[in-house]
Amino acid sequence: MTSLITLDGLTVAHGGNTVLSGVSLSIAPGEIVTVVGPNGSGKSTLLRSVIGAQKPSRGTVTRAPGLRIGYVPQKLHIDPTLPLTVRRFLSLPERVSDARAAEALQQAGAGDLAARQMSSLSGGQFQRVLLARALLCNPQLLILDEATQGLDQPGSAAFYQRIEKVRQELGCAVLMVSHELHVVMAASDRVICLNGHVCCEGAPEHVASAPEYRALFGTGTQGALALYRHEHNHSHDHDCKHDHHHEAAE
Amino acid sequence: MTLLDDFLIRAALAGIGVALAAAPLGCFVVWRRMAYFGDATAHASILGVALALSFDVSVFAGVLATALAMATTVSALAGRGYAMDTLLGVLAHSSLAFGLVAVSFLQGVRIDLMAYLFGDILAVGRADLAVIWGGAVLVLALLWWRWSALLTATLNPDLAHAAGIDPRREQMVLTIALALVVAVAIKVVGVLLIAAMLLIPAAAARPFAATPERMAAIAALLGMLAAVGGLQLAFALDTPAGPSIVCLAAALFAASSLAGLLLQRRRG
Repeated sequence: MTSLITLDGLTVAHGGNTVLSGVSLSIAPGEIVTVVGPNGSGKSTLLRSVIGAQKPSRGTVTRAPGLRIGYVPQKLHIDPTLPLTVRRFLSLPERVSDARAAEALQQAGAGDLAARQMSSLSGGQFQRVLLARALLCNPQLLILDEATQGLDQPGSAAFYQRIEKVRQELGCAVLMVSHELHVVMAASDRVICLNGHVCCEGAPEHVASAPEYRALFGTGTQGALALYRHEHNHSHDHDCKHDHHHEAAE
Repeated sequence: MTLLDDFLIRAALAGIGVALAAAPLGCFVVWRRMAYFGDATAHASILGVALALSFDVSVFAGVLATALAMATTVSALAGRGYAMDTLLGVLAHSSLAFGLVAVSFLQGVRIDLMAYLFGDILAVGRADLAVIWGGAVLVLALLWWRWSALLTATLNPDLAHAAGIDPRREQMVLTIALALVVAVAIKVVGVLLIAAMLLIPAAAARPFAATPERMAAIAALLGMLAAVGGLQLAFALDTPAGPSIVCLAAALFAASSLAGLLLQRRRG
């Protein structure tokens, strides 16, 4: 199986400041890859390199010929002076038929929003509309940059469930960046732990127990993540009543 | 054409031409918060007038060249130490000052500075009319051609990249269109009021528009209304034409803001 996108020794520097150095990775059709890493670790720069918005200082980014990428940006500020209905937004930059727009909105769980003004949407609705727009090109690779920022926990959990469903329906690969490790990792095939370079990568369980990952997140984020990781790596001999759905995978 | 012999008809046609080109471009200026950018480009054009007169080239060419140079300088310097508004303030006012000083050096030519600062729409000749409409059509064609890409780049540069659009190229398209509008409008409203023709009709159109296209269309209608009505006002009250056009546009903006508030309240 040829990969959709291949980064080879990608190095990106902003004004003498090296953000990414020697990042090599590739994404196969249909897999969900999550990039985790602390603030300033170059996660967004990595995604921007993949979509072509960031020129590498060294190294190469190779896309499969004719690769269709659906991109969901981190945040999208729409100036209140710009009148824009959801339906019109979907036709940017290329016009799509009403049927196609309705189908994408349905897939993204935003079926009833077509006539609304973008500026009147709630955070969750806005994210679903962005997802619908990314689905219009029938993407082979869906890219999400911290797509659930500003959503509450149930909201983002629902959003990631939707992503998984979309992946099942369309068979597209997903590359995403997230802070919400506990939600995202369970849904990922592969996790890449980034901190300027690739610290470690592999299946979620593997990364969660890797010393590099612990070094990054164990001390950096205090209690919350350490506690969470503890949940993942709980020993099987003590007496827990609550449900551990991860056990099946272990 | 005997119709064009009447200076008032020529003036009205000139005003309509400028309003048609300025309105859709003005929408982008509003959406992208480039108001000061438009202002700076316009102010710089007085330097273009002085250069054109001293090198004996057409004022249109001189203004177009300076406006383009100004706009590209600003784009190139942006994000290199100074905030955009500081940079624009420095460049706009210094080029206006240099332009005014340069004009005073011109010997042998006595130019009516007021005509360039506030426009001289009643003195529009057939040749001016051809330049104005030529420029307006060019601007409209440019915007029509790039419309979707411009809108996408305005929404979000990364979104544009992902769709294979280079936002910097679209910025350049807007810059060129802006320089053209400034060069074309200098005769009609003058350098000090060009930004008003860009901004006010677009801002006045906002409360009544649900899509970007409708906002541009309504802005064009309001702009034309202001141009024609302002001329009649100027004729009836014996006031300067360019400022009268802007005054009427401002009144339309006030009325539309009020109507917008009422509309909002009725919708709840």
